[in-house]
Amino acid sequence: MNAMSPVAHGVGISVRGLRKDFAGREVLKGIDLEVAAGEFLAVIGRSGCGKSTLLRILAGLDAPSGGEIRFGGGDGRARLMFQEPRLLPWASVRDNVAVGLGEGGGKARERAEAALDAVGLADKAEAWPATLSGGQRQRVALARALVSRPRFLALDEPLGALDALTRIEMQKLVEQVWQAQRFTAVLVTHDVSEALLLADRVVMIEQGEITLDVAITLPRPRRRAAPELGALEDQILERLLGQMPSRVDG
Amino acid sequence: MSDLALVSPRAASYRTAPPPRRSPRVSLATARFVPWLLPLLLLCGWQIGSQSGVIADDIFPRPADVLASAARLTLSAELAHNIAVSFRRAVSGLALGGSLAFALGLSNGVSRLSERLTDTTLQMLRNIPNLSLIPLVILWFGIDEGAKLFLTAFGVFFPIYINTFHGVRNVDAQLIEMGRSYGMGRFTLFRRVVLPGALPSIFVGLRYGLGIMWLTLIVSETIAADAGIGHMAMQAREFMQTDVVVLAILIYAALGKTADSAVRLLERRTLGWHHAYGRAAR
Ligand SMILES: Nc1ncnc2c1ncn2[C@@H]1O[C@H](COP(=O)(O)OP(=O)(O)OP(=O)(O)O)[C@@H](O)[C@H]1O
Ligand SMILES: [Mg+2]
Repeated sequence: MNAMSPVAHGVGISVRGLRKDFAGREVLKGIDLEVAAGEFLAVIGRSGCGKSTLLRILAGLDAPSGGEIRFGGGDGRARLMFQEPRLLPWASVRDNVAVGLGEGGGKARERAEAALDAVGLADKAEAWPATLSGGQRQRVALARALVSRPRFLALDEPLGALDALTRIEMQKLVEQVWQAQRFTAVLVTHDVSEALLLADRVVMIEQGEITLDVAITLPRPRRRAAPELGALEDQILERLLGQMPSRVDG
Repeated sequence: MSDLALVSPRAASYRTAPPPRRSPRVSLATARFVPWLLPLLLLCGWQIGSQSGVIADDIFPRPADVLASAARLTLSAELAHNIAVSFRRAVSGLALGGSLAFALGLSNGVSRLSERLTDTTLQMLRNIPNLSLIPLVILWFGIDEGAKLFLTAFGVFFPIYINTFHGVRNVDAQLIEMGRSYGMGRFTLFRRVVLPGALPSIFVGLRYGLGIMWLTLIVSETIAADAGIGHMAMQAREFMQTDVVVLAILIYAALGKTADSAVRLLERRTLGWHHAYGRAAR
């Protein structure tokens, strides 16, 4: 549905037999994954299962040990949003956002301010990052990631450190900008309900392989208390906790 | 009803609350004044001690005498000349040692090869107290400017080198990774991430370096010089002019304080974000 929207700005990603080992220890043992252009994919799994490793490889930060990744239709220029905001403390909020534009920044100022406006922080352009709250910092990081209109946005638990209310706000914001820009999004998260709320599709990594792949077809915007989501969340959580080794169908 | 419920707990806490603070204007003036309180008291004690004869004049001169000799030397332009000579020595030593230290600290911080090549040697040299080189330096340079320049530059070098090096090395690796992932090239990464991140540490080095700079200069000027504050003090000692000796010491203190304040000002200018951080964290 949404993912197949003809105006999709995102790239399709095709991963074949992706492997990664660290000093002989295999963390990813052959991942096969197709992400459609403009799709919102969530990746879940136990801590240490290799979610970040997969995401960093997709974003081009690390090289895989084997397998191949192809980006359909154009460059796979990716932006990665980290768990921490990683803002430059010595640069104003606006300059931090402008980092996302890279070197050739004609109209950098205007574009940075427009991106700040999109995340609701237009009035903080001059501020130092240290004077912002945690949620505001993460919004600046989102603006920095989006200012260059990437076709692929990788998010590594970007909301993990936020309080519950800010988190809900940020989830809405992420969904809004994704719907407006139609980039391909891959979100790594610990939070199953967050994955179900935002994603078109949820995959689970276990023992270095994808062991679960569920399409979430509920219409947006989704209500957090929707009973369908609750049932699905229970199933996935049980699976995560290793109590129910059978298959789950979305 | 609801109003009352809102007000009463506040009223209760107000009674137990501490008295309101003094107005900010007054406390600001006090804050400015407080650091000078102790020096002022010392000065008063000194004057009283001298006048009552507790402090013998030939051991320690009266403040008024020091002031008088300052006026006399200022009028004869001798003082200005000596201060200028010492100041020039300090600045050239700092410029030479500091810039070398800064360059090597940066390159060793950034490049493993450069570190391998030079760091061990520098760490060995660091353990030589610079003043122990005085006899050798006199043999090399005589009592010329070269000797003082060498000693101050040598002394200033190590604190600046070490702090620059560590500053560069301890820049947040996550920020560097962020910069890379956003496509920053080596030079941009250095200019926008590494250097600003290392700056607080570089300033610490600079301030340590300044302390060593004055110390080295004082010693080398008293040992061998034909002008400068140290030379002035040594000459005065020969003529038993304790007032001039004390004046020289006070001038050194003032020069040291001025240099430190200048660095602080520079710090405040360039590390605005750092101070913002301090405020936010408080
Ligand atoms: N640079 C590295 N060197 C060695 N081992 C690593 C490295 N990075 C990750 N690993 C290992 O790979 C495994 C997967 O790490 P990864 O960070 O991908 O986990 P994760 O699924 O993101 O966990 P979490 O949910 O806790 O963030 C871990 O066992 C980790 O120890
Ligand atoms: Mg992780």
